[in-house]
Amino acid sequence: MSKITIPIGPQHPALKEPASFKITLNGEEIYSMDMRLGYNHRGIEKACEERSFIQGLYLIERICGICSHSHSTAYIQALEELAGLQVPKRGLYIRTLIAELERIHSHLLWLGVAAHEVGFDTLLMYTWRDRELVMDHLAEIGGNRVNYAVNTMGGVRRDLTPDEIAHILKDVDTLEERTKYYAQVATEETTLVARLSKIGYLSQTDAEFLGAVGPTARACGVDRDVRRDDPYAAYGDVQFKVCVDHHGDVYGRVLVRVGELMESYSIIRQLMKNMPDGPIAVKSPRRIAAGEVYSRYEAPRGEDCHYVKSNGTDKPERVKIRAPTLANWRAVRKMIEGNYLADAPIIIAAIDPCFSCTDRAIELVRPAGAETLTWGALRQHGIDWHRKQGLDFAELNKKLNTQLGRVK
Amino acid sequence: MALFNIIVFPGILFLVIAGLWFEFVDRRMYARMQHRQGPPWFQPLADFIKLLAKETIIPEDANRFLFTAMPVMALTATISAFFYIPLWSPRALFSFPGDAVVVMYLLTIPTLTFFLAGWYSTSLYSMIGAVRSLTQLFAYEIPLFMAVLAPAMLANTWSLAGIAAYYTAHPLMALLNVPAFCVAMVTLLGKLEKVPFDIPEAETEIVAGAFTEYSGRHLALFRLAVDIEVVVAGSLIVAMFLPFGLALPWYLGIIVYLLKITLVVALIAILRTIMARLRIEQMVNFCWKILAPVALAQLLLNLVVKGFLKP
Repeated sequence: MSKITIPIGPQHPALKEPASFKITLNGEEIYSMDMRLGYNHRGIEKACEERSFIQGLYLIERICGICSHSHSTAYIQALEELAGLQVPKRGLYIRTLIAELERIHSHLLWLGVAAHEVGFDTLLMYTWRDRELVMDHLAEIGGNRVNYAVNTMGGVRRDLTPDEIAHILKDVDTLEERTKYYAQVATEETTLVARLSKIGYLSQTDAEFLGAVGPTARACGVDRDVRRDDPYAAYGDVQFKVCVDHHGDVYGRVLVRVGELMESYSIIRQLMKNMPDGPIAVKSPRRIAAGEVYSRYEAPRGEDCHYVKSNGTDKPERVKIRAPTLANWRAVRKMIEGNYLADAPIIIAAIDPCFSCTDRAIELVRPAGAETLTWGALRQHGIDWHRKQGLDFAELNKKLNTQLGRVK
Repeated sequence: MALFNIIVFPGILFLVIAGLWFEFVDRRMYARMQHRQGPPWFQPLADFIKLLAKETIIPEDANRFLFTAMPVMALTATISAFFYIPLWSPRALFSFPGDAVVVMYLLTIPTLTFFLAGWYSTSLYSMIGAVRSLTQLFAYEIPLFMAVLAPAMLANTWSLAGIAAYYTAHPLMALLNVPAFCVAMVTLLGKLEKVPFDIPEAETEIVAGAFTEYSGRHLALFRLAVDIEVVVAGSLIVAMFLPFGLALPWYLGIIVYLLKITLVVALIAILRTIMARLRIEQMVNFCWKILAPVALAQLLLNLVVKGFLKP
């Protein structure tokens, strides 16, 4: 069979968000891959500059549907450092608790997606059922399943009652039990192991060279975790192990994520046990002194970096976001070469990609003969095009207005 | 009477109803094992009617004749295979010496139509799906043939009715064929393109494989053909390996027959619940390195037993 190029995306059942992967095949083997991203660019960074710091927070929270708390915490940490705010201990603990709950639901979601990519839908249904336990708690605390809006300048907005703490602890026990079972399934089910091991290999050198982050890097033996290396929130007060694996393949990434789930349960128990009393937030100013801050946060997918520059007004001068997926894309290209087409979806899914978090700007791919239109010209073009098809909206509008007796 | 048999019972109408019903049984069991509610009993029929009403799109570059003919071919081949299989009595509707081979051949035709349909759709996903269908055919067909050969050899006939008659007379001999039954069950998953062998229609890689370009009534016919193939292939397995209760009165016989098909469908549902999809080269390896030797060992066993039994 000669080389053929098969498009995965921009619309494809394996992709949850639009992105385009052009895979060149040599038989069933992948020869090379070309990525085109940027279908989801929303201009959030620019939009932040037009809003006040606190309005920007709500926008930032909507960068990602899974790790919304990660982005908002990374951003708010930067603001608090700029403003010199000292967040109360209880606020930090609640923030950390939400972060770990988010990690749990994100990793459970990933486990299900990974299983679905290799055609093992049973595990998908099981993990997503259990994920609901966490989602319910997040909704209970923040009032929302996706955008919890718990963070605010100088602390958090919602306090925990003893009842809620007891509920969470109970469900954490259930989840731990189930996670142990999934770990067993993922490591012992013959067909699953056959599909996951030895594919998408990335060596430790390559992982470091290509700047991989999060579980993707840790599965290649890179011992790096912001929670331990540069503790933020309440991570300095809890004991946990950074899960590192040396397989370097998709199987290793499963082990790392399942290991992190177990660590998260232990972190939550410690937080609940040592939860201090007191206020959850301090009052914050509207204007923030001029300066710039670079904030790091260990999101479920890897290190999330936010850069905020203030010029002394109530609006940021520049916000720059580097979502973890962006750091992992180059590694994907390396991982996918030489594998089979059948493994392409799981290798792409193995970094737990979040396309919309990543997409920053678009580059116009201009074919020959293309022209750039202004907004007005584009509008006129649309009107003319429809008129040529026999559809005149101005006429139709007039007709409708006369029929409804709304003549101006 | 023959016309009634062909068109109504146990012919086309019965097959369509049974096909849709067992699709429901399969989907429901699959769903319940995954902690889901699952569809109501009329869902397969509703899907079928809805698809019939939908617009049919044929790709511009596709071969129109083959594109429209293939679903009908698949349906006809599976239905014709059904008439030679004894269901609840040792007699089949039609029978002649050597019909077992013809049934196996007719059951290969749907896979060939999948290949042709995919190839002539001229879409990349369909073509890859089509090639995978054919690759998979070469992997499972030989072990399946050998597995089906085993009980036939013991019965010393190539006629399905003859085989059924032999095992009704010597029921304990059927126990010898258990390894072949296992091989046949696993290869059946390959034939029906179900997990772990749903490689030709792996939705996360190649959308719907050979069926990607199909829509409307052509897709409805293809899906019906696949549903009916489950019943027909299940009946073949049941006739070959579970020949019990064939001497019962016809009303009890039908119940026993339906229970046996339910067992086969349940096995398929369980197997696809507990496994992940394999890669094509893993599937070929598995079929040739494990299933084929097991089937060969079964043949050897049956030859030896036959040698002892010879007066």
